[in-house]
Order: sequence, then C-alpha cells, then structure tokens
Amino acid sequence: MAQMEAMKLVGQQKPELLLTETHHMCPGCGEPLALRGYLEAIQELGLGQKTIGVAGIGCYTSFSMTTDVDLVQALHGRAPSVATGVKRMRPDAIVFTIQGDGDMVNEGLQEVLHTAARGEAVTCILLNNGVFGETGGHMTATSVIGQRTKNTLDGRDADYHGYPILIGDLLAQLQGATYVARGSVHNAGAVARTKRMFKRAFQTQMDGGFSFVEVLTMCPTGWFIPTKDGPDYMSSTLGEVHIMGELKADGVVKSTEELHEENVRKAMEMEQALARGGIDD
Amino acid sequence: MTETAVVTGTGTGMKLMEGSEAMAEASIAAGCTFFAGYPMTPFTELLEHFAKRLPEQGGVCINAESELEAVGMAWGALSTGARAATGSTGQGLSLMQESFSEITLAELPLVIFNMARGQQDYYQSTRGGGHGDYRHIVLAPMDIGEAVELTQLAFHLADKWRNPVLVYGDYLIAHIQEAVDVAPVTFDEPLPAKDWAVDGSLGGSGRSRIISSLGFAKAGQHSDGIEQHLRKMVAKFEEIEAAEVRYESAFTDDAETVIVAFGSPGKFVRYVVSQLRAEGEKVGYVRPITLWPFPYEAVANAAEGADRVGVFELCAGQMIDDVRLGVLGRAPVTGIGGISTDGSGFGVGPLLDAELIRERVLALHRGEPLPPLPDNERMM
Amino acid sequence: MTSASKTVRSKGTVTIATEVCKGCELCIPACPPDVLSMSTAVNHLGYHYPELVDGCTGCAACLLICPDFVFEVFREVRRPAAGAVT
Repeated sequence: MAQMEAMKLVGQQKPELLLTETHHMCPGCGEPLALRGYLEAIQELGLGQKTIGVAGIGCYTSFSMTTDVDLVQALHGRAPSVATGVKRMRPDAIVFTIQGDGDMVNEGLQEVLHTAARGEAVTCILLNNGVFGETGGHMTATSVIGQRTKNTLDGRDADYHGYPILIGDLLAQLQGATYVARGSVHNAGAVARTKRMFKRAFQTQMDGGFSFVEVLTMCPTGWFIPTKDGPDYMSSTLGEVHIMGELKADGVVKSTEELHEENVRKAMEMEQALARGGIDD
Repeated sequence: MTETAVVTGTGTGMKLMEGSEAMAEASIAAGCTFFAGYPMTPFTELLEHFAKRLPEQGGVCINAESELEAVGMAWGALSTGARAATGSTGQGLSLMQESFSEITLAELPLVIFNMARGQQDYYQSTRGGGHGDYRHIVLAPMDIGEAVELTQLAFHLADKWRNPVLVYGDYLIAHIQEAVDVAPVTFDEPLPAKDWAVDGSLGGSGRSRIISSLGFAKAGQHSDGIEQHLRKMVAKFEEIEAAEVRYESAFTDDAETVIVAFGSPGKFVRYVVSQLRAEGEKVGYVRPITLWPFPYEAVANAAEGADRVGVFELCAGQMIDDVRLGVLGRAPVTGIGGISTDGSGFGVGPLLDAELIRERVLALHRGEPLPPLPDNERMM
Repeated sequence: MTSASKTVRSKGTVTIATEVCKGCELCIPACPPDVLSMSTAVNHLGYHYPELVDGCTGCAACLLICPDFVFEVFREVRRPAAGAVT
C-alpha cells in the first residue's frame, strides 16, 4: 500500500461565494466554470464585502439567487447601463456585469460599447457559447460560420446570416477600455488562465479603468452534440474565431499572431504544471 | 397641495427661470442626486439644467447615449438607494417602457419627467406603455408654480410607495419663464427605510441582497415567488388609489356644463370657466392633478345633476375615456378639444387660446355645433 | 522496479460527490495521471460518475474542469528537503 503523507485541501470544492452545492445547468455546461473563476477571484482579492453584481438574462440568471454578493437583476442586454448607475452612486464598490452572448452582443451591443467607451470603472463579464442557450439554442451575433443552431439548421451562412461579431476584439479598439481579455474553459489549463484574467480585470477596476473578460463556454445542448465532445467542438469552432488571450493590457492591443503564439506557450505551461502536480494561483 | 406639505429652508430665492430650470431645481431641493437623459425637444433643457446643477451639488448627471441606457442608469442608481430620475418626451419614453414595467415590479422609486409635446401621452402615462399589471402615479401640473410643488411631491410619493411617479409636463411649462422661488418642501409623513438598497456590504454573509422584478430572493431568504409578488403589487396599487387622488374643481354644485381638463390647458379652462361664471353662465370645471389615480369620484359628483360634460384635451381624446368611466352615464360626455400643434409638432398649437376655448365651451353649453379646429401655420 | 510489480504512489486524493455528478466525463481526459474512469453503476440521477484509482497527484485538474463541483482535492504537504532552511 502506498504511504500517504499529511494532506492539505487544494482550492475549494465549491466557491465560497456560492450559496448552493448543486445547480440545474446542463451536463457539460461551461458556465459554472466561469462562475467559479470570478467568484473565487472576488473572494481571493478580498472584495466580497464590497461587490455588487448586475446580472443579465440567460441560463446563468439562475445563479443570481445563489451568488452571495449584493446583486441587481437587469433585463436582457441592459446590465452595463444599470452597472453604470450603480458604480456612479457607489464608486467604492466593485461592480461587475454577468451576461451571455445573446444578451450582450445581440440585445445589448450598444450598452457594452458605450460603457467601455466612457471608460466606466466596471467589469463586464461575457459568457460566450455562441447560442441563445436558455431559449433552446438559436444563433447569436457571435455564432460562427457553419455553426448549426435551431434557426440555422444547415449551418450559419455568411451570405444569408452575415458574419459573427468578435466583441472582445471590438472592445479592445476602444480607447476607454483598459483591460480586455478572452478566456475559455475547454480544459483545466484554460480554466486556470481565465481565473487570472478575472483577477487582472478586478484589479483594473480598482485602479479606475474599464475591464472586460469574455469566456468561451461549452454548451453541448445548444450545439446539439454529445456532452463530452463539448471542449473539442468549441476549440474547432468558436475557439478558431474568437481567439483566447489578453487582447488589450498595459496599453497594448495584441495581434492575432501574438495571441496564437502566447496561447501555444501558455497551454504548454499549464499542461506541464498540471503534470508536475498542480497550477499555483 | 396637501396640508402636510411644509416649506422649509431657503430655496433659490426669487429668480426668473424657465420651467425646465425650475423643475430641475425642485428635484435638487427634493434630494435628487442622479439624473440621466437623452436630448429631445422639449425635454432637452431639463437635461441641460440637471447637467449643470447636479455636479455642483455633488450629484451625478449622465448624458446617456440613448433613452434605453438613460433609464438603465437610473435603475442602477435607484438600486443603491439614491433619489434618481430620468425623463424625455413621449417618443423617448416609448423606448423606456420595458424598463419602466420592470422597475415598477422591482419596487424602485423612479421619478419620470415627460416634457410632452401635447396631451397625447395620456394613455402612455396612465395605462403604461410597458407590459404587465403595473401602475405609475401620474402628476399633471398646470404651470411652473405647481410643477415645482408636484416635482417634490413626486420624489416623496415615489419613496413612500416604492413606486415610480411620472410628472406630466409640456412644452409650455418647459419654456415659459416666470419669477419663482424654488423652496424645499417637506412632507409630514414618515418614509420607510431603504434597507433593500444594495451597497455590496452584505456579500459573503448569506444575507446578501437582490433587487429583482420577479419577487426572487437570495437562496435561504424568503421569496414571494412571482405570483404572490404580482398580487402584492396589485394590493399596493389599490392602496395608492385610495390614498393619493388629487384634483381641483370649482363651480360644479349647480353647473349645467362641467369641463374636465388637465395640465396647461387645465389652467386655461379654469380661467375661461371663471370668466363665464362671472358672466352668469352655469359652468364648472374639474382639473385632475393626479391622472392616475384618476379622480373618478370627483368627476362623478360634478356630473351629478349636470346636463353635459365636456373634455378639453390637446389630442384626439384620451382622458375622455376616464371621464366617461367617472361620469358613467350621468350625462353625455363630449370632447371639445382636438389635435392642435405648432408647425414643428413639438409645441403649442393655436387651440391653446382662451378665446377659442371659451367659444368651444359656450358652444357645448348652448348646444351649438363646435367651431372647426384652427389650423397652425405649417412649416414647409 | 519492473512493470510487472509496479506500485503507484499517490501524492494526492479526491473525494467524489457521486450523487451530484451529471456524467459529462470532462474530468476523464483532464486528469494528467489518468486515474479517473467512469463507473458502471449509475447515481440516483441516472448518470455514471468518476471513480479513482491509485496515482493521484492532487493537481486539481478535475476540480478545475468539473462544472458540478463534484471533487474535493487533497495534496500531500510537500516537506522541504533535509537540511534546508525553513
């Protein structure tokens, strides 16, 4: 029998700022992985008693009741303007929005653009799975060419349906946006990288700037694929178009080539760290 | 004005100001610390005055990039417990309707200014252009002096009931200038504490707060659920209906003809009816000050024993529906107003004229055909 | 050691909340030492769930990738080498 040394707990089974141990998201849904990322970031930065969330409408809305921070439930697309009002009245609070791609990039495109352009010191968080999940899996402004959805059964066709909007890339071009990042939760390394992006984003807010974190999340239900194929499907579809990385940081907007290079390097780093026994936060 | 309203402290001092400025000053006197809006005639000046004055008072005014974002920002400000307002003219308020419904269901005390292009936003204000069973208290001042009082009352009632209150102004009130001293008014009524407001401090405690329009609460706390929540809202509206009706009326006891009018036209009608009374004509008037809750009882009482009721509105006829409901067959109800606007469509039409209104009231009173509506000078 | 008598030492372990697992199987390929495999039994929701064999390193990849908070991860406390200054 193997000899065991004294053991210590690694991380937390569920985020401390979550009031439930279970949820009703589909098997293989990526959204809870992003949720863990930002809730743990808030907690680890010591911001739990000064954070106000503003939630949009989507599958993730069910977490509005179980997220243990003060929260305003907004309408589809409208969280950034509500967050603006909250932050202007409570400038010392950390204010974030949590929205899906249908919410932020369809219904509320102007809201997030204006909020970023104004340089509001809030953090907008996007859960991007390329579909309207809650209504059953329909095309959004971020769905990629060829993606089959309930209303693009033969795949999104550029001539008929137009092209996806790469919202992270758009925001990175705005002078008012200080930190713009796109994470992903398709594997453990990506999850860990995304949590670091959340921390940088909240730090940016504390320093007075607008920050944005987009997270590519799996939605096997909305993609009509077997559950365990979620990560691979995402990497080969959404992940090819919406490129992971810190799109804008420290005043620099990265090119797609630079992002690709960094992604290869970071993926290897994470893989090696895990093989050695764990990723240090 | 209720007897419980007491002027306290010094205001702006007697100053010549346009109605928009007076209403902005009245809001500040009432403790408004947040405003967001988007320019649109004839509301723009209200936004301009807030933009100038609120930062001077330590408040925030945002020139929102759209009406939709303006009401969203006000929603956020309200959630923190601040006295907050937004506004526009009817068209801009059309854009805000979804948020109005939800803000009402979230029981947030929003004050809404409609600097209207006439009286054709009556339905929008009183029925609500949004979805669902909801009501806004609607206050309709007839002039700047009343606008200053009703603006402050709006913030008070909004907090008292945790419900939006809409102030129905217009082009005339917005742009006319009068000498007015905007003095703060306090209301001798305790207001509930805003312990529902969010500031971030209860995170991680298990007692964190949520501002929700659906009666949701955080896990582990009591939630009404959507059905009970909506029913509680209806019960609240019924309480408001019983408690907050306001109107002005005169000469109705023996009136043969009763005229009903609100807002600026209400002041003209009041003047015309007083003149006709002095000449011996048995006419009276009812001027609703709250468009919701509408003074049905006052209209019914005035119509009791009258031969006819006339409704003077600067639109195709919207308040006339509520007048008919109040009169309930006691007397025939006739619209004596109509669509009358200036060449731009934003402002005051030629029908808002004491002589013309007098002619129309007399025609109704004497059973004669109404004169044709005057035409404006059309812009090319 | 020969492969025939290889003893795998675990430097970590996990607890698995089998009844909340939704059988998504994301943890299986995520595990670097490949010590998780799906059960033949099903939980009360009807899903197969992961089971652990020896060799866990406590790297927490499974905890990172699991959407349903199934795992609690433990890692051995790494003692400093003899003679090192603490």
